[in-house]
Amino acid sequence: MKGTEKRRLIINKIILALSTISALLGLIFLFWILITLFLKGLNALDFSLFTKDLVDGGLRNLIFGQFMMALIATIIGVPLGMLAGIYLREYGSGKYANIIRDLSDIMMSAPSIVIGAFVFAVFVAPFGGINGWAGSIALAIMLIPIVVSTTDNMLSLVPIELREAGIALGGSKHKVILQIILKAAKVGLMTGILLAFARVIGETAPLLFTSGTNSFWSTDLGNAFPSLTVSIYDLANFPTDKARDLAWAASFLLTVIVLVINLIGRFIIRDKG
Amino acid sequence: MAKELIMDIKDFSFKYAGAPKPSLMNINMPVYKNKITAMIGPSGCGKSTLLRSINRIHDLYPNNEYTGEINLLNVKSDEFENILDIKKENDFIRLRQRVGMIFQKPTPFPMSIYDNVAYGLRLDGIKDKNILDEKVETALRDAAIWDECKDRLKESAMGMSGGQQQRLCIARAVALKPEVILFDEPTSALDPISTKAIEELISELKKDISIVIVTHNMQQASRLSNYTAFMYMGELVEYNKTEKIFLNPKEKLTEDYITGRFG
Ligand SMILES: Nc1ncnc2c1ncn2[C@@H]1O[C@H](COP(=O)(O)OP(=O)(O)OP(=O)(O)O)[C@@H](O)[C@H]1O
Ligand SMILES: [Mg+2]
Repeated sequence: MKGTEKRRLIINKIILALSTISALLGLIFLFWILITLFLKGLNALDFSLFTKDLVDGGLRNLIFGQFMMALIATIIGVPLGMLAGIYLREYGSGKYANIIRDLSDIMMSAPSIVIGAFVFAVFVAPFGGINGWAGSIALAIMLIPIVVSTTDNMLSLVPIELREAGIALGGSKHKVILQIILKAAKVGLMTGILLAFARVIGETAPLLFTSGTNSFWSTDLGNAFPSLTVSIYDLANFPTDKARDLAWAASFLLTVIVLVINLIGRFIIRDKG
Repeated sequence: MAKELIMDIKDFSFKYAGAPKPSLMNINMPVYKNKITAMIGPSGCGKSTLLRSINRIHDLYPNNEYTGEINLLNVKSDEFENILDIKKENDFIRLRQRVGMIFQKPTPFPMSIYDNVAYGLRLDGIKDKNILDEKVETALRDAAIWDECKDRLKESAMGMSGGQQQRLCIARAVALKPEVILFDEPTSALDPISTKAIEELISELKKDISIVIVTHNMQQASRLSNYTAFMYMGELVEYNKTEKIFLNPKEKLTEDYITGRFG
């Protein structure tokens, strides 16, 4: 009895130590990345980045363009993904739903460059050139499976009794889902959407040959559209130091943006979830 | 069928989808009007299954099989109708308005106290603010929780204590003026004081509503109920007036169970 207890305590300690080490490792890398990006971009980091467009050595149009495409992707992808997730959790049962669930999971791990290539074939080549819509659609395709799985998971956390209680008061299934179940899962769903947004806003490959990028201020989604990530890729290949500094600064900003959105998401979970 | 019945269950058998054998076999049981009927028996004997058949909540899940009759008195025509014949969505909704249900764990909806009570009323098509206000108040009074929450009707129901939430759920059901309310172990997740409050409330409710309650608590069954059904392995072993079941059971199995020799 004593022996097993002792062993359990030791195992407990080892596991605690291992998980502390891995958490520390993660944090070290995160700060390493942030500090490196910050130091490398220091030369170019300047408030004028936010007021000037790329042609004038700033990032304003790129940040706007990147947000815009991620936002449109969210507006397209969230309703579709949520509907699919609701179907899977609340209506789907058996083989058919499982196939869709598996397909969605496979989509989630599809290489993003492949999605870019697909969108190029369907929404770029036939329309005579790269454009902002194609970029948004590529991001939406990345986002949908994430939203499907978040919705599916968050709805599964709502106790079955809550559905039954709604039905027991004379509700029909769809009313109970819309009026009670979605509300009960609201915090989780919002967080999931925020994290999905953070996930796609940092993507490069799906945009590379769909939206391309644009050095000028543009709100015309029908043409080449400014993209922060694609421009980082371009600038990094530029021979001048100035371009490389700008690429570092842009990378730093992108990391901070993604980090902040993620942190907001996690804070919401901790506060309300 | 006798006049004082509100329900009459006849030869009712039930098998869950995919289950190898039925969970209920040939249940015959009356439910008396404005009385409290307790269902007792060891875990897994089928109490919840039977209770959940009475408002057909089982129908949320496909492919269950059942036979027999569950007859519910239609107070207007004074005739019994077999609820197992119900097929139309509207009739299901009507049935659930007539037969309310309270669960083991409180199930407040993530909305205000007021909206919780108004939920079923709104589903029933009541839109007039004054009528809603009045019915919500009456229901909360009937559930003996008005004084505690009259000043916080707009606050979220999630902030109430477990016992208050359970009484809110009762108010929510009572608001629809049901003929029967089904309780599935309504106090097993509550502290003794909340339990006492709920028990008093249930006794009070039987003036207007017939009650069926599943409980694991022998004292609760004997304190509260007028009739008791003892179930074992999917069968109704003995049904009688509560004092007969507890003081003078006919079956050896019943006696062994209530004296705590098994279960
Ligand atoms: N969804 C289901 N599918 C298949 N079998 C089920 C299902 N729910 C319950 N059963 C089975 O039906 C039988 C009766 O279960 P039921 O929940 O009615 O018991 P109970 O008397 O309410 O028990 P408890 O006191 O533990 O709540 C049990 O053998 C149980 O395993
Ligand atoms: Mg049960």
